[in-house]
Amino acid sequence: MIAPTETAKEFVNIQLDGQWVQVPKGMNVIEVAKAFGKLIPHYCYHPKLQVVGNCRMCLIEMGTPKMGPDRKPILGADGRPEIAWMPRPQIGCATNATEGMAFRTDSPLIQECRKGVMEFLLINHPLDCPICDQAGECQLQEFSVEFGGEKSRFVENKVKKPKRVDLGERIVLDDERCVLCSRCIRFTRDVVGDDCLGFVSRGSHTVLTAHPDKPFNNNYSLNTVDICPVGALTSKDFRFKMRVWFLKETPSICTSCGTGCNTVIGSREGVVYRQTPRENEAVNQCWMCDYGRLNFHYLNDEKRLTQPQVRVKQDFFPTDWDDVLSQVASSLKNVSPNEIAILASARMTNEELFLVKQLQKQLGGDAVLLDILPRPQKTDHLLVCDDGNPNSQGAQLFGVSQKGKKLETLRQGIASGKYRLVLALHEDLTKLGVSSENLSKIESLISLSLLSNATTEASHFILPGAGFAEKRGSMINVKGRLQRLNKATATPVDAKEDWEIFNSLIARLGGNSFSSIEEVFKEIAATCPALANLSLSKIGDQGIALNFNS
Amino acid sequence: MAVEEKRLIFKHIDQPGYTIDIDCYLRNGGYEIAKKALTLKQADIINEVKASGLRGRGGAGFGCGLKWSFIPPTNTKPVYLICNADESEPGTFKDRQIIYKDPHQLLEGMLISCYANRVSLAYIYIRGEFPDGAKILERAIEEAKKHNFLGKNILGSDYSLEIYVHRGAGAYICGEETGLIESLEGKRAYPRIKPPYFPAVLGLYQCPTIVNNVETLCHVKHIMAIGGAEYAKLGTPNNTGTRILCVSGDVNKPGYYEFEVGKITLGELIYDVCAGIRNGNQLKAIIPGGSSAKVLRADETFKIKQKQADGSMIEKSITINDIPMDFDTMAAAGSMAGSGGVIVMDHTRDMVEALANINEFYAHESCGQCTPCREGSLWMKKITTRMTHGGARKEDLGLLKNVADNIAGRTICAFGEACSWPTQSFIAKFPEEFENKTKTETLSEPIRTAA
Amino acid sequence: MPQFRPEFLAKVDEAIAHYPAFKRSASLPLLHLWQEEFGYISNEGIHWIAEKLGLQPIQILELVTFYPMFRQKPFGKYHIKVCRTLSCALGGSSELHERFKKTLRVEGDPHGPIHSPDGKYTLEFVECLASCGTAPVCMINDDFHEKVDSQEKINALLAKCN
Repeated sequence: MIAPTETAKEFVNIQLDGQWVQVPKGMNVIEVAKAFGKLIPHYCYHPKLQVVGNCRMCLIEMGTPKMGPDRKPILGADGRPEIAWMPRPQIGCATNATEGMAFRTDSPLIQECRKGVMEFLLINHPLDCPICDQAGECQLQEFSVEFGGEKSRFVENKVKKPKRVDLGERIVLDDERCVLCSRCIRFTRDVVGDDCLGFVSRGSHTVLTAHPDKPFNNNYSLNTVDICPVGALTSKDFRFKMRVWFLKETPSICTSCGTGCNTVIGSREGVVYRQTPRENEAVNQCWMCDYGRLNFHYLNDEKRLTQPQVRVKQDFFPTDWDDVLSQVASSLKNVSPNEIAILASARMTNEELFLVKQLQKQLGGDAVLLDILPRPQKTDHLLVCDDGNPNSQGAQLFGVSQKGKKLETLRQGIASGKYRLVLALHEDLTKLGVSSENLSKIESLISLSLLSNATTEASHFILPGAGFAEKRGSMINVKGRLQRLNKATATPVDAKEDWEIFNSLIARLGGNSFSSIEEVFKEIAATCPALANLSLSKIGDQGIALNFNS
Repeated sequence: MAVEEKRLIFKHIDQPGYTIDIDCYLRNGGYEIAKKALTLKQADIINEVKASGLRGRGGAGFGCGLKWSFIPPTNTKPVYLICNADESEPGTFKDRQIIYKDPHQLLEGMLISCYANRVSLAYIYIRGEFPDGAKILERAIEEAKKHNFLGKNILGSDYSLEIYVHRGAGAYICGEETGLIESLEGKRAYPRIKPPYFPAVLGLYQCPTIVNNVETLCHVKHIMAIGGAEYAKLGTPNNTGTRILCVSGDVNKPGYYEFEVGKITLGELIYDVCAGIRNGNQLKAIIPGGSSAKVLRADETFKIKQKQADGSMIEKSITINDIPMDFDTMAAAGSMAGSGGVIVMDHTRDMVEALANINEFYAHESCGQCTPCREGSLWMKKITTRMTHGGARKEDLGLLKNVADNIAGRTICAFGEACSWPTQSFIAKFPEEFENKTKTETLSEPIRTAA
Repeated sequence: MPQFRPEFLAKVDEAIAHYPAFKRSASLPLLHLWQEEFGYISNEGIHWIAEKLGLQPIQILELVTFYPMFRQKPFGKYHIKVCRTLSCALGGSSELHERFKKTLRVEGDPHGPIHSPDGKYTLEFVECLASCGTAPVCMINDDFHEKVDSQEKINALLAKCN
């Protein structure tokens, strides 16, 4: 028995390949089969899209209970209804479970149907799998092996269709590979609300396209690459970069806004090649925006900082962590708390933010200025959040965020020379409106950053940190869901995970240090009631909804 | 002539002096039946239509009253009626006669049908190739409105009805009722999946919708004129009323004729009514119900089960000439009465050529929505075209049949059957002609035909 | 944008009014009106109709390419449509098509529209015109002609094209 869904609490008895089973009433038969470990192959069906039944791959045999004259089912020897089988196969995708129904998902007729549909799909399809970017995640290829015939019987000329069509800024279309399942059309029409894709021409000559004056450029276009069952729609960013079977897949989350879409990071040998959405009903269903998806290339940017550096006059010198952290620690000891300002970032993880708070405490508590830079932005109707920071809730929870209320004080204090030491943690002070002239008034400017920027250029110490794909940790999204980042790649060269940097610094200032990120989280759980009894591993891949008022 | 025509629908059509204006129609008793119907209860009209046994004249032969009764009784949405005037089945040209020669008869039939089903907005979906037909209907609607047979508070009642003409644009698939509905919604005419989109439940704009053929709607008028029970006496049991038969191809007198259903045999139709095969040739084959119906071979014998007066069944062997033109016997003979389009071919005809012609039609008209029909219809066309160009191979016969078998019964709509039945039946009935193609050709490599 | 005659605009508004529940239904009527007015459906026409009905241009392009009667290029002043389908084929439609080709001195793939160089004629094989009993049949623009089975009849029809 499988659990009833939210919408259907009622169960019905159905016969699935000869076995009577209980399933939630109204459940789609493809999903029913899946729940019992049976694959009903399909192309056009997608659980999040309107059912259109056009690919005909999910044909099944269907039967209903034989009815007696009393309008009650006639029962067989086993006490179960006798089944009247329909002569024609039915599509599984448009069939929902009702009491007494029977299905055959793998009968000789069904095998014949699938073989027929596979043959039809392949006669006009180019057989260029070796050079197709979809190879490895192509359902045409997979089902062809499993359900197709042996040899092509098609000796006619194939239908010629456009190849390498520029469908939009991020998508390339090969119409000859398209199986016309219309998933992409339904997605952009019904999910995004941007009805910009369609079919033109007719019959076997039908092709997918966008109107040339209105390309497929919405911020969700790359989801169609994920749902395209074949190699018709490919991502310009990813195509031909890496064969998918070489990619290591790491479940994580997108850190480009407060939504925290669940993702899979595809990486190989320390390089991230792509991010794809990972299903989470409570967050992003199975979609993500293009901006977030492509927002990882900076990890390998040429401006990436990979070595701790110390500035002597106008020149930067690479050094080791022991040296740079000793120098930073002694600088911190040389100033009084009210001369220190820390600009943290709500792009940091809970663990990092917690340690920043510990650092503030170590340096003298509230006398040390501490705030984050808010990132209000325009939301959309789908996934893009009005908060451009992925962890504003965490920053709030750990007392790091003053919602930007201290930023004006910080700006003025830098201008007046009050703040002799400033820690810029993953933020560029010039973005607050601090001029480069005023930056130079700071006696000790310490930057923790991934990329060089105006602030790092003016810094005395540069600490190269870790990007979102290079570390473990947790964040709390805008809806209060605690979610986990996982480490897909190592930090480059000498860059270091941020929690370790804070940990060492706190230790050098005489504070408690932790032996692992799990230990940090344990401490958080012990001190923060909202996270009581939790651990990093307990968060799991789907996250946990927290109950707290920030 | 052995069998007399029984003209209900065609009573006035082609009569000298009979014109399409409303005055002529009124002089001939026009709209009197509608006037009477508007005083009846809706349910009573539906019951009369049910009692008449009227079966749809568009092709499928589905019970009209039954179709009407599928509208959910709890429905609160508007109900639409669409007249399917997309007559596109090759071999069929009956609706053209009604539209071009007696448009008010259609409007009167629609008025009664709309009233019975509480429809206040109806459309006539007319095929694009009838531009004059559309104009004639539009003029007729204007006239009917002037006489208050249409518009607000028809003839002083509280019933109002608007009818608009909607022109198609050359797509056969619009004759399929859900494809027609999509087309009327301004989309590509992709037929909808059933379930859940049964027109009577989720039709035009997701509202209950009745789609009836032109001739069917005209019959409603005649049912109301004489009563359902009386109408049911016309024709034969379960195949009631009259129907129009369109004969084309190799006969001396092709044309359109109206007979009681089942009261005329195929032989009488061809030899008596249509004056036999032209040029003194011999009959070879008949497609009895529009080009998608399975072909019948002249020298076949058909084993038909018939119900006797006492209810017992007997099996009879009959020849092609003895097949009565009704829905049930034609189905028993392995074909269908379909749209009433009878295409006759004489002994000089090359069956492979004929099939290639039909396959070209269906490949052109496949909407392309679902896989088997989209790919299979063009594949069949390519094979048969290749055969007619001397590129036949031994394995083509089996291949062609198998391609057709892989389409029929596996598509969203009945086009799958429509495009595969010709191939299946031509091969089954005339295998020697296909085999001869492969024997006479010695080409080792097939000729590639253009896509 | 082309100049719109007030009559054209009035017809467009009238057509839209026929579909009180769903403006999109007026897509085919508007395409017919545009083609009657301007001869073919230009990209401009696609945009204009889409905007008029609150649609995206792709939704109109989908229709223009699906329904064979709509064309995206100018056709001859006289559009000759010869029925190709079975009954007409049995009645001599290929001969009719050939005769038109010879008489108009045009060559081309019978499946595609064949345009005369002077732009006066476009000859096209089309599917069933629903008058199978009077085969072979053809249409010249909106006018329908039956039993066009001799050169004389073709000549007479073409003589009326001026």
